[in-house]
Amino acid sequence: MPVNPELQGRQYPPTAPYLVGREKVREFARAVQATHPEHLDVEAARAAGHADVIAPPTFPVVIQQLTWNQLLDDPEAGIVLERIVHGDQRFTATRPIVAGDELTAQLTVTRVRSLGGNDMVTCETEVTDASGKHVVTATSSLVVAGEAA
Amino acid sequence: MSGTEAARFAQGAFEPGQLEVGQVVAERELRVTRDSLVRYAGASGDFNAIHYRDDVAAAVGLPGVLAHGMLTMGAAVQPVIDWAGPARILDYQVRFTRPVVVDPDAGATLHVLAKVGQLGEGTARIDLTVTAGEQTVLGKAQVVVATDR
Repeated sequence: MPVNPELQGRQYPPTAPYLVGREKVREFARAVQATHPEHLDVEAARAAGHADVIAPPTFPVVIQQLTWNQLLDDPEAGIVLERIVHGDQRFTATRPIVAGDELTAQLTVTRVRSLGGNDMVTCETEVTDASGKHVVTATSSLVVAGEAA
Repeated sequence: MSGTEAARFAQGAFEPGQLEVGQVVAERELRVTRDSLVRYAGASGDFNAIHYRDDVAAAVGLPGVLAHGMLTMGAAVQPVIDWAGPARILDYQVRFTRPVVVDPDAGATLHVLAKVGQLGEGTARIDLTVTAGEQTVLGKAQVVVATDR
């Protein structure tokens, strides 16, 4: 089944609030080999003016993944995990994510196009905080291999 | 540590007024092992088995177990974070152009070179060259850093 071209423009419901834990931030920071103290040390983060440790710039992928799951679970989308290759990724932030944030994410499929037997799906996940303010937008292109590939 | 080795891990002070296009702001070698992949899988929630099982990687025609693209992306920006501070990272994007094969014994070594690509109003675009062996693994790897705070 190819990717449904009518997917372009589709918006999924906002995800349930994700509470960013301090230890999760530290765990993620260590996994990406972060060494900056503002990711790991509460006192260093507070001295820099943050309420708690701040997450590395790629941490939003943890929340973005929840929205990818909505896309994969959509029977009308025609996107199968096994055939996806991550093409590109971008994070555009208004502010860093801070431990204690309660974040909601909403995915919009911004573009679907065919590319040499494959389909390229571009999605934008907007992450907002508990007050509804923008925190970061995560944009991805997923290359979905065609049947014959 | 010899002078040459010190230079390989060099990182200058953050002096936004002194930046010039082409200037190297940070350089680092990163080690990625199978342990790193398991750690990243747990921290990020990406449990795709091609990142830790040789049999699964082989079954889908891959040359070996691959590093998560998002791990490469997440680790490659760390030298820039240590240079500028995490709260100054406004935008970060990459293209995943070549997979990083992680040998069970030897792991993989990534080399990151961060240079000023463009200077804007209150921002600097830092361009990353990320290689494994002699091959570039990320394309259009760009970090926008605030220089006005």
